[in-house]
Amino acid sequence: MIRVENLHKSFKKLEVLKGIDCQIKANEVVVIIGPSGSGKSTFLRCINMLEQPTAGNIYIEGVSLSDPLTNINHIRAELGMVFQRFNLFPHKTALENIAMAPIKVRKMSKADAKIIAYDLLEKVGLSDKADVYPDQLSGGQQQRVAIARALAMNPKVMLFDEPTSSLDPEMVGEVLAVIKDLAKEGMTMMVVTHEMGFAREVGDRVIFMDEGLIVEEGTPEEIFQTAKNPRLQTFLSKIL
Amino acid sequence: MDVVLRTYPILLWGALSTLQISLISIALGCVLGLAVGLARLSGYRIIRTAASIYIDFFRGTPLLVQIFLIYFGLPHLLRQSQLYLIESYNMPQFFTQFALPVFLAAVVSCSLNSGAYIAEIFRAGVQSIERGQMEAARSLGMTTRQAMRYVILPQAFKVVIPPLGNEFIALLKDTSLLSVIGFEELTRKGQLTVGWSYAAFPIWITVAFLYLVMTFGLSRLVDYTERRLKTGD
Repeated sequence: MIRVENLHKSFKKLEVLKGIDCQIKANEVVVIIGPSGSGKSTFLRCINMLEQPTAGNIYIEGVSLSDPLTNINHIRAELGMVFQRFNLFPHKTALENIAMAPIKVRKMSKADAKIIAYDLLEKVGLSDKADVYPDQLSGGQQQRVAIARALAMNPKVMLFDEPTSSLDPEMVGEVLAVIKDLAKEGMTMMVVTHEMGFAREVGDRVIFMDEGLIVEEGTPEEIFQTAKNPRLQTFLSKIL
Repeated sequence: MDVVLRTYPILLWGALSTLQISLISIALGCVLGLAVGLARLSGYRIIRTAASIYIDFFRGTPLLVQIFLIYFGLPHLLRQSQLYLIESYNMPQFFTQFALPVFLAAVVSCSLNSGAYIAEIFRAGVQSIERGQMEAARSLGMTTRQAMRYVILPQAFKVVIPPLGNEFIALLKDTSLLSVIGFEELTRKGQLTVGWSYAAFPIWITVAFLYLVMTFGLSRLVDYTERRLKTGD
């Protein structure tokens, strides 16, 4: 589904990604962990071209992102992205936030888009918040609306960039529950997170990144129990 | 008092003229300012540079000089260039009348001038919107244009209303400079009536009062718009 080859990314002189190779299969949940500054978020942001790779290539269902003939907007419409800081549109209600992209990008009728938006609000447990503006929602509720907004485009892959990192601790659970449900439904997902419990429980595969490289990858058992890599050991001892 | 009563209709006409030229220039200045403000954020360097040159010129030179340049300078330039073309290339004569109508000169100079200030207001407004908003819109598959139109600009408009209000008020007062090219707005009417009535104080204080009424009304209007948009979110 996604193939990443020799991905490099530099910000001016700082090399953040130093050659990432990786494949994501359909229906797979891949969790990316690693210390801050290891390039996890940049890696995820490269996949929908929010960051332009400096070198290397990314293929989404065989389509190369670096091909100038590829329409990146069409690719992005198939990749749902959820941000650490939610990034809901503050001038739109929860329902309008969700319905906007289907209307503007998919050219769906307003009525149809609203039906989809209502269904998704129900799915994330917020059907009573349809007409509420984001600033009246808690962080956890905002993030659930943001997930619904990404799902409204019926994406093939969902990308989560530290979806619980700016939430109060008591709200982390409700957001993770929504992501777990998606995993059960077979959604292909890449999740950058610091929630090790979540990684262990939901991840089909865990990728450990450090200093711009994939250092170790494997099943949650392999990563959390049997892996011997010293950098992974240090990281896990700090975080667990 | 008698003088004021007699001249009041004249001054009121002048005030109407001031209001008219201000509103037209504000409207045109906003359209121009939005376009130039977005041009300043363009991905193309040449567009950015062109926008910067325009802004630098009209913010960096006095409005009075711009008025002279447009009202007296442009016709002169036109006449000289035609003369040159006729003499050097035997071109037929296109124009016999060179003078710019004073109203047109007034609209053009005020709009161009306010457009430069408004462009900077819009640019700052757009840049004040968090980067994540653009990223979220783009991640949903929207084009830059769609993201601007449906996500960034609606939020930016709220931010720019107070500075835009300041600009409107400044422009309204600056239209008094148009008196120097004989455009009969409020200040010019004041000059003319003082000229035959010699009642300098009563008339100038009336003129000042009329400006005050207009700027006060305008600032209330801006406040009202700001409040209304605030409750929208």
